[in-house]
Amino acid sequence: MSMISIKNVSKWYGEFQVLTDCTTKVSKGEVVVVCGPSGSGKSTLIKTVNALEPFQKGEIFVDGISVGDAKTDLPKLRARIGMVFQNFELFPHLSITENLTIAQQRVLGRSLDEAMQKGMHYLDRVGLKAHAGKFPGQLSGGQQQRVAIARALAMDPIAMLFDEPTSALDPEMVNEVLDVMVELAQEGMTMMCVTHEMGFARKVANRVIFMDRGHIVEDCSKDEFFGNPDARSERAKQFLSKILQH
Amino acid sequence: MDFTQIVPAMPALWEGMLLTLKMLVLAVSGGVALGTVLALMRLSSNPLLSGLAKTYVNYFRSIPLLLVITWFYLAVPMLLNWITGTFVSVGAFTSCLVAFMMFEAAYYCEIVRAGIQSIPRGQLHAAYAVGMTYGQAMRLIILPQAFRKMMPLLLQQSVILFQDTSLVYAVGLMDFLNTARSKGDIVGLPHEFLIFAGAVYFVISFGASTLVKRLQKRLAV
Ligand SMILES: Nc1ncnc2c1ncn2[C@@H]1O[C@H](COP(=O)(O)OP(=O)(O)OP(=O)(O)O)[C@@H](O)[C@H]1O
Ligand SMILES: [Mg+2]
Repeated sequence: MSMISIKNVSKWYGEFQVLTDCTTKVSKGEVVVVCGPSGSGKSTLIKTVNALEPFQKGEIFVDGISVGDAKTDLPKLRARIGMVFQNFELFPHLSITENLTIAQQRVLGRSLDEAMQKGMHYLDRVGLKAHAGKFPGQLSGGQQQRVAIARALAMDPIAMLFDEPTSALDPEMVNEVLDVMVELAQEGMTMMCVTHEMGFARKVANRVIFMDRGHIVEDCSKDEFFGNPDARSERAKQFLSKILQH
Repeated sequence: MDFTQIVPAMPALWEGMLLTLKMLVLAVSGGVALGTVLALMRLSSNPLLSGLAKTYVNYFRSIPLLLVITWFYLAVPMLLNWITGTFVSVGAFTSCLVAFMMFEAAYYCEIVRAGIQSIPRGQLHAAYAVGMTYGQAMRLIILPQAFRKMMPLLLQQSVILFQDTSLVYAVGLMDFLNTARSKGDIVGLPHEFLIFAGAVYFVISFGASTLVKRLQKRLAV
């Protein structure tokens, strides 16, 4: 069963076409890594999945619900999809505890007790229970991103979207975030991750998508993507040789 | 110069100051509320809403406050009369309050708009991503941050309004300045009373501005 299904999606910013006829899907429990050069449309594509970015052509279904349909209750749909951003985007005026509980209470209508319990459970899981009373500005980037993951998980999402979750982090903090993501993947969470962390992709991805100038150029299994480099497109080869040098 | 005559006039001056402060607090509250609505309209993608708000702001920023006050004094009762069909007396205080609120809203709108725009777009996305509606995202996430950032400017604008409330003399309201002038005339010491009133306005406004600057420095850190 496909949890996320993207069919022939195109999007324009005025004259500029940022996505061209993108088609792919993410099955339940699958981990799909999206990579590609800067400006290729990775963020735009992943944000169309929870309708943060509208699109003009094609269709997207999440758990059978059409994202592009004007009748769809978008807030309700988004509440079921977790999203983690490059710049964490914790709410800086709220404490860590409030960051974890506010949407549970206001969006899902959970009681404070229930929201606290859930929030603390996930905060503990990302190893930050001791920081519950602090504010986002008092945490390191890696810690903030782990809180952001906990915030998304506390909503009991059916799938998680990640948009370059480690690219704004100092190198020594990348692994603490990747560790949480690997664990999540191994537990069977459905994940769509924009990332250039090929180690992560090798470890847990089922499929790898490569994008270039708004097109999905490659969409294949991890083993095919990494194991059969000769069959890759020129652009993908160039890209891989660049990032694998590091 | 004889300032001793101000002492017996103190109760009346205090009454005047109370009216000034009451007008200020109500006008700031209403003005900020209306200004926030206007700012949200201006930032809306609906061209009709943003056009309306833009016209409103441009209009009120292009006419003198004194004109708005006198105009509302005459127009508001007439308008109400026309709507309700019966004669309703609104009083000078209410008509002035409405005038200040609507006039200041144009200025607060621009401050709040800049405040909202200064919050990174990612915050709105993050609020949406956890399932918040537009209203919740604004109320719970964007506006609290915007107001914190804009607090010094909002207060500075309110200090200006504090001085501008003295324009209520035009419709005969006895605020602090008008009371001082009338008392001074009665006891024949207009200069002393006006100097005293000026000193009071200066101390309050300058004191408030200094506090605002300090607050601004604290927020900047
Ligand atoms: N609001 C916008 N208006 C116009 N063009 C935009 C807008 N947002 C993004 N773009 C353009 O769309 C293209 C794709 O952007 P996107 O952010 O999806 O790329 P990306 O693959 O995520 O890149 P990066 O690796 O730098 O994050 C880029 O060329 C970008 O300049
Ligand atoms: Mg991006």
